Amino acid sequence: MTNDDNIILRAEHLSKLFGSKKAAAREMLAKGIDKETILKHTGVTVAVDDISFEVERGKIFALIGLSGSGKSTVVRCLNMLQPPSKGKIYFEGQDVEKFSKKQLLDYRRKNISMVFQSFGLMSHKNVLENVAFGLEIRGIKKIEREEKAMEMISMVGLNGWEYTSIANLSGGMRQRVGIARALANDPDILLMDEPFSALDPLVRREMQFELLSIQEKLNKTVIFITHDIDEAFKLGNTVAIMRDGKIIQTDTPEGMSSNPADEYVKNFINSADKSKVYCVKNIMQTPSCLIRSRDGANNALKQMRDNGVSSTYVVGEKMKLVGILTLEQALKVRAGEISFQDSFITDIVTTSSDTQISDLIPVAAAAMFPIAVVDDDNHLEGIVTKAAVLASLI
Amino acid sequence: MNNLPDWLLEFPKDFFIDIKKPIDNAIEYMLKNWDPFFNGISDVLRALLNAIGSVVNLIPWWLLIIGVFFLTYKTYKKVRKSFLYSVMLLFVGAIGLWSMMYETLTIVITSVVISLLIGLPIGILISSSKRANAIMRPVLDTMQTMPSFVYLIPAVMLLGLGNVPAVIATTIYAVPPVIRLTSHGIQQVDIEVVEAARAFGTTRFQSLFKVQIPQAMPTIMTGVNQTIMMAIAMVVTCSMIGATGLGSEVLKGINRLESGRGFAAGIAIVILAIIMDRLTQGIFKKENDAQ
Repeated sequence: MTNDDNIILRAEHLSKLFGSKKAAAREMLAKGIDKETILKHTGVTVAVDDISFEVERGKIFALIGLSGSGKSTVVRCLNMLQPPSKGKIYFEGQDVEKFSKKQLLDYRRKNISMVFQSFGLMSHKNVLENVAFGLEIRGIKKIEREEKAMEMISMVGLNGWEYTSIANLSGGMRQRVGIARALANDPDILLMDEPFSALDPLVRREMQFELLSIQEKLNKTVIFITHDIDEAFKLGNTVAIMRDGKIIQTDTPEGMSSNPADEYVKNFINSADKSKVYCVKNIMQTPSCLIRSRDGANNALKQMRDNGVSSTYVVGEKMKLVGILTLEQALKVRAGEISFQDSFITDIVTTSSDTQISDLIPVAAAAMFPIAVVDDDNHLEGIVTKAAVLASLI
Repeated sequence: MNNLPDWLLEFPKDFFIDIKKPIDNAIEYMLKNWDPFFNGISDVLRALLNAIGSVVNLIPWWLLIIGVFFLTYKTYKKVRKSFLYSVMLLFVGAIGLWSMMYETLTIVITSVVISLLIGLPIGILISSSKRANAIMRPVLDTMQTMPSFVYLIPAVMLLGLGNVPAVIATTIYAVPPVIRLTSHGIQQVDIEVVEAARAFGTTRFQSLFKVQIPQAMPTIMTGVNQTIMMAIAMVVTCSMIGATGLGSEVLKGINRLESGRGFAAGIAIVILAIIMDRLTQGIFKKENDAQ
């Protein structure tokens, strides 16, 4: 084992079996028998099958695979929630398995923290108490740990929510609490087990950005589990792709896209084109400014001024889309040059909420105004801005 | 049909296992040899009963009625409900059963206190141990399905007549729900929450007391509520072994064929049960809402 200072965590030939007849299964595994046969004969599930990787200090290591590929088991091996059946894990050169009980607790308390997919927050504690939980376990005084927790809460942007009960938070906010709780311990390593999978796409993107900025600030090592290749490529300095308990390829996102190890990886990457995944309804917004066709020009101008926009959608009865009114047109109406009813631009591009974003790109590029999202009967459902289309691609 | 041998038609008399004798013998043996032990238990229980009884008796009737009014108002925020419960309690006094109710209350509180002292730790223990769970489950099933009268016999033999054996029999009858629901509640805590606690380096003790038990509190409290209700029910049965209070009134009603006496005491028991149930439930519910 080399003791490279830059490698904070190293896994060597890690295997994890679930079931009672592990010895027999291990033998069969050594003979190269496949997982299904082993399961049939011994009842043992091979969750992780002889994988090795190393994680560089201060970098994000993304581990990606479909559900059942063993990625969640791998992270649980790293903090010994599920001790590996075989293989070694070295944290800064120390064999984690050889830790005494107390050393292991200390390792979990100070060196490695975890963020969970469905948050794992305690409903009997409020936000502040949840964030301070790790410090409470360490026996740190109340004043001290709350001070630290407050700091973390403001870092994840939850100021003002300290005394709120967890039940009253949205999914995104709950995961912010989860992250703050993990960070409060000031760990060297952050394990994140599909932390954003339970969140809707918009919130997920926001959280990814947040994670990157936190990582920039605190320079933590992050091991990030995901089944979303975009997320892995966006966040990971290194990406490892898992299938059936094995790592097929470990590389930088660049390296992996330009040089996929096999067909499976290639397909995985190709499935990634984000604009195909998202529909208009994921990025649709409610228009802040909306006027009715029976309103007058003065009211329209007031609405536009109040909302700070230079054009607005005009709707008729039951939100039926009529057209767009621009600031210039409205001013003309007020000057008496044209009538209000004639001032709308009716020749406008619309789209439906289940349109894929990839189809919307050429439209968005040419559009002068936000694109109206309408249903089959031309009722306005929302708008999509150019910026939102672009942002969904990044 | 007549050609068939007798043993096919009727359960053979020769195939007979006597379990009555051994049980009798065991009880007799305990009675003879463990007398100091039972005397000790008896003394401790009597002391506890007296202590709780004297606290209960310190409360003047009007204070209890006012107390119930305010407690109900605090939990439900409804004046009418508070008023109703107070009047119901007043009614118990008006039909001349106030001191009887205090006696019953004393036995119930004592039994519930002992049930919780025994039940909560056992519930916690079997929540974390499969083997303990496997042993306790049939025991609890037996305790809950055994006709409650059966407990009275050994209780009387070992501890004599009166309120002390009543407390024992009531405790045996009332303890299963709190054990069951404590263990059930702890086992039902979201696995990811428990995992999170472990990932943050909790010891087993910390995980249990800082995470699992607080998370299981609503379920545990349901168990406590059920235990209280069962204790009230059993205290009435226990009048057969000389427990004083409302139950003995019912018994007297039966013996003398006085329906009025029986119903009056019965109504008082119902009122007591309703008030205790609603108040404990309301308090627990409030706790849940706070979570």
